[in-house]
Amino acid sequence: MLFKRLVGVLPVIFGVLLLTFLLVHLVPGDPVEVMLGESATSADRSALRAELGLDKALPLQFADYLTKLAQGDFGVSIHSHAPISGLLAERIPATARLALLSLVIALAIGLPLGIVAALHYRRWPDRAATLSALTLSAMPHFWLGPLLMLVFALWLGWLPVSGMDNDASILLPALTLASGLAAILTRMTRASLLEVLNEDFVRTARAKGLPERTVILRHAMKAALLPVVTVIGLQLGSLLAGAVITETVFGWEGVGRLLVESIEKRDYPVTQACVLVIALTYVLVNLLTDLAYARLDPRVRFSQ
Amino acid sequence: MKHWPVTILLFWLIVAVAAPWLGFQPDAIDLDRILAVPSFQSWLGNDDLGRDIFARLIAGAEVSLTVAMLVTAATMTFGTALGLVAGYYGGWVDRVLMHVTDVFLAFPGILLAIAFAAVLGPGLNNLILALCLTSWVGYARLTRAQALSLRGRQHVLAAQVLGATTPRILFRHMLPLLMAPLLVEATFSIASLIVAEASLSFLGLGIQPPHASWGSMLRDGVRYLLVAPHYVLAAGLSLMSLVLAVNVLGDTLRDTLDVKR
Repeated sequence: MLFKRLVGVLPVIFGVLLLTFLLVHLVPGDPVEVMLGESATSADRSALRAELGLDKALPLQFADYLTKLAQGDFGVSIHSHAPISGLLAERIPATARLALLSLVIALAIGLPLGIVAALHYRRWPDRAATLSALTLSAMPHFWLGPLLMLVFALWLGWLPVSGMDNDASILLPALTLASGLAAILTRMTRASLLEVLNEDFVRTARAKGLPERTVILRHAMKAALLPVVTVIGLQLGSLLAGAVITETVFGWEGVGRLLVESIEKRDYPVTQACVLVIALTYVLVNLLTDLAYARLDPRVRFSQ
Repeated sequence: MKHWPVTILLFWLIVAVAAPWLGFQPDAIDLDRILAVPSFQSWLGNDDLGRDIFARLIAGAEVSLTVAMLVTAATMTFGTALGLVAGYYGGWVDRVLMHVTDVFLAFPGILLAIAFAAVLGPGLNNLILALCLTSWVGYARLTRAQALSLRGRQHVLAAQVLGATTPRILFRHMLPLLMAPLLVEATFSIASLIVAEASLSFLGLGIQPPHASWGSMLRDGVRYLLVAPHYVLAAGLSLMSLVLAVNVLGDTLRDTLDVKR
């Protein structure tokens, strides 16, 4: 199972590499002209064209691209001439911190809310939790972010507006980024737990006279968490994609902000590298989730 | 009260369609009213160039709904046709399609649309193209899975035996059974396309000034958050109301049509 899953991911990685490589060739007209602007001399242009290898045949360019990537070489920024691997190394920790804290916040909100909703099925706590989840999932980051900024930074003055000079600066962007995942986790935990509560083993646990607390948290939740784990893996990717917008809203200097800056400067090699790193991280996280799922679910574990 | 999602959706649809006859001037600059607060003269106040925010919201609704519906129509047609063919024939056609969709799905959320929009350049046409390039995948996967299970059904086998042509089997005998899940998928997809359009415009990759879009209004509004919070609130609440309404409508449709996701 493990081997099959590992081999299965290879064509996807190849496809991701091919698609990101082809991105630059989708630029209408001459990418070099677009990147350098109209004031560049023709010597500058041919220099950049040679540097990016755009004067070679397409398959050769792709082979070069792969060879360099294998050596950890993402190329050079057109704007600052700095190696892109260095730029990424500077920015990745900030995004990782933001994403991890968001995950923790989303779990801290979503799981309890989902449990409470399921235990009070169709009564007011359930309705309140479901409605909040619905509302949160209809709030894109570039709307929730400014709203939180307005309330907590400008009106109440509890937290910094944006930037990353202060330890508390991470809270608003993390909360913003967590919103979507928190909403999904609430809905998933609720649905999953509702299903499990009808199972025989829950009735048995209750019949044994176990306290309700133990029945729910130790018996029911253990089974209910399985589908939730898969969702977390799938949604970590949306967290990374969401970071692009959230980091832009809050001026958080992560990979997402780097991506947007590179687009504004038409620094396509940097754009390419950011997109690639985010996609590959997503593929990797999904792979790990599948493996974790196999370890967690005894039905899968023992069938091997 | 029970019909609030339909009411909200109809409100935005009607004002978007009727916009040309309502006599609003969303691009008219009035330097005496820069960031003016809501008043009888302009119900939701004015933006950083003194333009009427309500008028611009309506123009933004027009863009938002037009983009969402155009992209949905195009990608649903393309994705469904592709999925039907792959699911019905199976074999290498199916394997190739699955590999391609796997690659597209490896780019989370809006990332690929951002990448396409970035290299294509800003503007309405490129925005639509970028969203089309990324939104067909869901329909293809959905239709393919359904077609795979439908092709063994009795009525399909009967049609084959009776000598029906393949297009007839695909479009007359299989497609009608797919309409319910496709309708639900399309509803949710409209909601996410509205968000996607606003996201790209927020990043400066979509609708270009002076034209209004909810995304670019939010971007400008954030700059004046302290002095004119009504700007961000107006654009954000509009966007949220429409997305919420379409999502709830999708949930209702899914429950009514008994579609599993």
